[in-house]
Formats: sequence, structure tokens, C-alpha cells
Amino acid sequence: MSEPLLAVENLRIDLTIGGVHHAAVKDVSFTIGRGETFGLVGESGCGKSVTALALIGLLRPPLSVGAGAIRFKGHDLAQIGADDMRRLRGASVSMIFQEPMTALNPLSPVGRQIAEMFVLHKGATWVEAEKRAVEALASVRVPAPDRRAKDYPHQLSGGMRQRVMIAIALACGPDLLLADEPTTALDVTVQAEILELIRDLSAARGTAVLMISHDLGLIANMCARVGVMYAGRLVEEREAEDVFRDPAHPYTAGLIASLPLLGARARHGRARLQEIEGVVPSVTAFPAGCRFNPRCAERLERCAADDPAETALAAGGRVRCWRHG
Amino acid sequence: MLAYLARRLIQTIPILLAVAGVIFILFSVIPGSFASSLGDDGKAVLDADVMARMNRELGLSDPLHVRFARYVGQLAQFDLGSSFRTRQPVTGVIAERLWPSAQLAIASMLFAIVVGVPLGFLAAMRPGSLLDSVSMVAAVSGLSLPKFWLGLMLMYLFALKLGWFPSFGYGDGGLKHLVLPAVALGVSPLALLARTTRASVLEIMNADFVRTARSKGMSESRVVRWHLTRNALVIVLTTVGLQFGSVIGQAVVVEKLFSWPGLGSLLVDSVSLRDIPVVQGCILTIVLIFLVINLVVDVLCAMIDPRIKYT
Ligand SMILES: Nc1ncnc2c1ncn2[C@@H]1O[C@H](COP(=O)(O)OP(=O)(O)OP(=O)(O)O)[C@@H](O)[C@H]1O
Ligand SMILES: [Mg+2]
Repeated sequence: MSEPLLAVENLRIDLTIGGVHHAAVKDVSFTIGRGETFGLVGESGCGKSVTALALIGLLRPPLSVGAGAIRFKGHDLAQIGADDMRRLRGASVSMIFQEPMTALNPLSPVGRQIAEMFVLHKGATWVEAEKRAVEALASVRVPAPDRRAKDYPHQLSGGMRQRVMIAIALACGPDLLLADEPTTALDVTVQAEILELIRDLSAARGTAVLMISHDLGLIANMCARVGVMYAGRLVEEREAEDVFRDPAHPYTAGLIASLPLLGARARHGRARLQEIEGVVPSVTAFPAGCRFNPRCAERLERCAADDPAETALAAGGRVRCWRHG
Repeated sequence: MLAYLARRLIQTIPILLAVAGVIFILFSVIPGSFASSLGDDGKAVLDADVMARMNRELGLSDPLHVRFARYVGQLAQFDLGSSFRTRQPVTGVIAERLWPSAQLAIASMLFAIVVGVPLGFLAAMRPGSLLDSVSMVAAVSGLSLPKFWLGLMLMYLFALKLGWFPSFGYGDGGLKHLVLPAVALGVSPLALLARTTRASVLEIMNADFVRTARSKGMSESRVVRWHLTRNALVIVLTTVGLQFGSVIGQAVVVEKLFSWPGLGSLLVDSVSLRDIPVVQGCILTIVLIFLVINLVVDVLCAMIDPRIKYT
């Protein structure tokens, strides 16, 4: 089998507070093939964003990569220099952020903010770059792109701003797009359009996507494979279909049970929405043993004592749970 | 834009009137008058009849509201009245003092900007470094130094001990005489500008859009040039505007100390003489300058930041 585009191996991300390292993310491994869309799902605070930031080399103190390897096209990103990493950013790996309101510079016209990409990576002049920015706006289905290019971010709606972000991210034809909850801050009606846009453009250009969301339904729609994160650990990694049909980890099962209006349950009339009890612990207060054990309905005795290792499932995929140990 | 300017200028009229009213009331309640101040210790040494006649001649015997109405009438014709002491028109007296005052205010602000802004910027680029800690400690001390004491120290060191600069006076209006008072007056806006610049640069460097810029593969120096400067400029400009105002206020102390022939020393002298028309004129001029500076800053900010509307 050919080498995957991205291979994350035993990634640990440290949160350093007063000289003490807390593993905000620990032993996370997954791969993304060329052109593949991989989903990362989990509740708020599970470490999805910091994982994505690590992949593009944008962690800033107090966060840093503590251990593990991030192999992109065969190169370990920890080994290449800062300048090479910078050239990679935007050109080969790009990122869309959760908050379209604040992710763009309020004092700069959006066309110019797209044009920067062509100046930075393609050696274009500003005049050329501004022209290509208008084309980029057209490609993300912004109406009247030549006029919109002159607009400032505050003159655009959230959905339009996110389109601008997509235009920026895809401007230089990256191999990998990190989409960190690109629709969470948007109206429901706009969400579908933005997701469709990402799906169409990445498929047309062969761009691999790391789609991050706390919405398992959205992930299942967009992705062939899914990684489920809980409290900084990848607890399950499977084909999206399998995850839905037969979740291996109690946390995944909890996420599915809390999805509203899902096929079978919707037919049963007013099936109560089940929430997983409790909240994600903070990085400095992860419990011993399996990090999910205090909230787990299927807890075994050893769950509070020993950290489960990753187990391969017979049907393919991996899980980190003593029930499968 | 022009309509906005016109509206803002018209808005200054009620403010100026209110200020004039407050000064009027203030001087009618505090003890002493021009006539009584002619005595060397402020107590009445003039004969009561003479004083009464003087008050009548100066129009001070009329009731307050009559005097105020008369004054406003004059103001409407850009007439600030005549000095009690010299009988010269106040506008002329003030015009003479305006240029030295402007020189001092502008020089001290330039000093504050040229040193304070780069200092705050460099400190923000290396938070926690020696430069950062030293300059921020210095900034706090700079803010808390009394102007008067600082002026005396500068005078002592650079004029008396080292003899680099003249210790006081306006001289021929050259740069030499300007240096010490400008530094004395510029230290606290410098400190404040350094702190504000540092804080705003730090905040912007942590902003989401700067993270976006980095995710585009931009070097830090490009991030600074393309995305930081304009955003920081809005905040720095606002601070400069506010500090300009406070510099004009604090100039009173420094001008007096260095015998600088500006509006500030004129104001102090006129207050002690109860030369009310001159006091009024000085304060109104200072308030007007303050308002105009605010207007200029607002317009500049609106030119940089498209989110600010002319309203
Ligand atoms: N700059 C930071 N300083 C301190 N702690 C941080 C920082 N950034 C993230 N964390 C912590 O790291 C953990 C993971 O955060 P992360 O933002 O990756 O979560 P997430 O899964 O993306 O959640 P969300 O759905 O809210 O975006 C959280 O507990 C968060 O509090
Ligand atoms: Mg997040």
C-alpha cells in the first residue's frame, strides 16, 4: 500500500502550566490518505482543535507538541525547519477556523486577504493576485465576486465570511485541508451550503480533508472514516458506517444516543434524547485509568485503575476500551 | 464627511458655553477680585471706594446673569473681552502665547511617540525579556513621577550640573530652550503610550485573524507589516489623542516651572490676579484645542477602520 498523505503517530500535546506538563492530547494516531475525508469528533474540550493546530505547526505556548511524529508526505514535520514549515503552511496544508467573525482581519478588504496567498506562495504581483482573488471568490460561489472582493469582513454575513476563508484555504491547491468546525458558528440553513462547498471543491481538486466537528451526524455525512476523541485520547477509529451501526466505545454509543432525530429513534415517536452525564474534565484534572470511566455506564473495575491500550477490532478499526481488551 | 465635520464643530458650541458658564460661577463664588488682588497679599489694601469704582468700570458690579449674557454676546463675535490688567484684547494676548504652547505640546508628544511607541512594540515582541521588564517598570515610574519634581531634576542635572541646556525661559524660540520642558512634559504620555502599544500589540498578536495570517504561511515580519500595524495604529492614535489633551492640561505646571511663555503660565498668572477675561479666554482656548484634537483623531481612526461610521 502506498504511503498515506498524513500519518500521525502517538501524538502528545502538552499544556505547560507553571513548569508542569499536562498531556492535553495523548497517544493519538491516525492516518489520512490522499483525497480522503477523515472526521474527528468529540465534545467540546476534547482536544480536536489543538490536534489540528499541531498538524499545521501553529501551537503556541502554553501548548506544544510533547512527543510523537506527524508525517506529511513522508516528512516528519517536527524535523523540518521553521522556514520549510512556513512554506508548507497555506500551500500544502491549510486550515479553516471555527469563528468566521474574528478569523479575518477587520481592516483589510477580503479580496486582499485572499490575494496574500498568491503573493506569498505563487510569487504573484499584487495586481495579478487581486485578479486571482476575484476568481477564487467566484469558485466558492460568492455572487458578484469583483464587488465583494472590495468589501471588508464586517460587511459580509457569517456564511460569506466562511466562504472567504475557504477561498483562502484552497487558493494554493493544498493537499490537506484542516476544517475545524467550519459550520458550528453558522445558521443551520447556511451550514449545509458550506459543507457542500467543502465537499465539492475538495473532491474536484483531490484535497484531503480533516473534518472536525462535535456533530457525529455531520461527520457521518461527510467522511468515510471517523476518529472519536475524548479528553485528549482517540477512543475509537472506524469506518463511519460501522461506527453508527455498532459503536465499540461506550462514549461513541453515548454520542450516537444523544443525536436528535436519528432514523429509528425518530420513528419511535418521542424517544427521549439521552445526554451523556457529566462534562469533559479539564486538562489538569484527567482521571486515572480510562479517562472516560467516571462518566461511563459500562464501567468495569479495572477502568478506574488502568489505562486501556488500543485494540484492533475484528471488523476493522481500533478502540481504546477494556470491554474490548 | 463634510457634514460630519460641520456637525462635530457645531457640537463644540454648547460645550464651550457650558465651560464658560462654569468658570463664571466659579469666579463669582471664590473670594477675591481683581481689585483686591492688587494688594500685595490679596487683602483689601485699596480704599473701599476705589475698589467699588474699579469693579463698576470693569463691569463686575452687575449681576452674574447680566455679565454672562454680555460675555456670550461677545463670544458670538469672537471677542474674548479685554484683560483687566493690561486692557489689551484677550484674543491678542492669547494669540501671542499660542505658538510657544503649541511648540511645547507638539515637541513633548513627538518625543513621547517617537520613543514610546517603538519601545512598547519591542517589549511586546519579546514579552518577559529584559527589555520588556525594564521598560515596563520604567513606564510605571514615568507615570507616577510628579511633573514638578521631574522638571526640577532635569533642570538640576542637564542645566545646572552639565550645562547642556538652558535652565528656563524661551530664549529666541530655538530648540535648545525647548528640550528640557518638552522632556518633562513628555515623560508621562511616553510611559502611557509604551504601555498601551505593548498591550495592544500583544492582544493583536493573539487575535484570531493573526492566527489565520500565520496559517497562510506568513513570516512573523509579514504578519506585523500586513496585519498588525494598521490594527495597532487605531489604538495608538486614540491614546495619542487623549494624551495630547492631558499634555495641554499638565503644561500649566511645566510652563510655570520653566518660565515658558505659553498659555499655561498665562493662565496661572491670570488666576492669581483674578484677571477673569484672560482666565476665561485661556480655558476656552484650551478646551477648544482639546475638542479639535479629538475630532482629528476620530476622523483619522475612521479613515483607518472601515467599521467606524461617521455619525
Ligand atoms: N491556549 C490554551 N491554554 C490553556 N488551555 C488550552 C488552550 N487551548 C486549549 N486548551 C485546553 O485544551 C483542551 C482541548 O482544547 P481544544 O480547543 O482542542 O478542544 P476542542 O475539542 O477543539 O473543543 P471545541 O469543540 O470547544 O472547539 C481544553 O481542555 C482546553 O481548555
Ligand atoms: Mg475547537
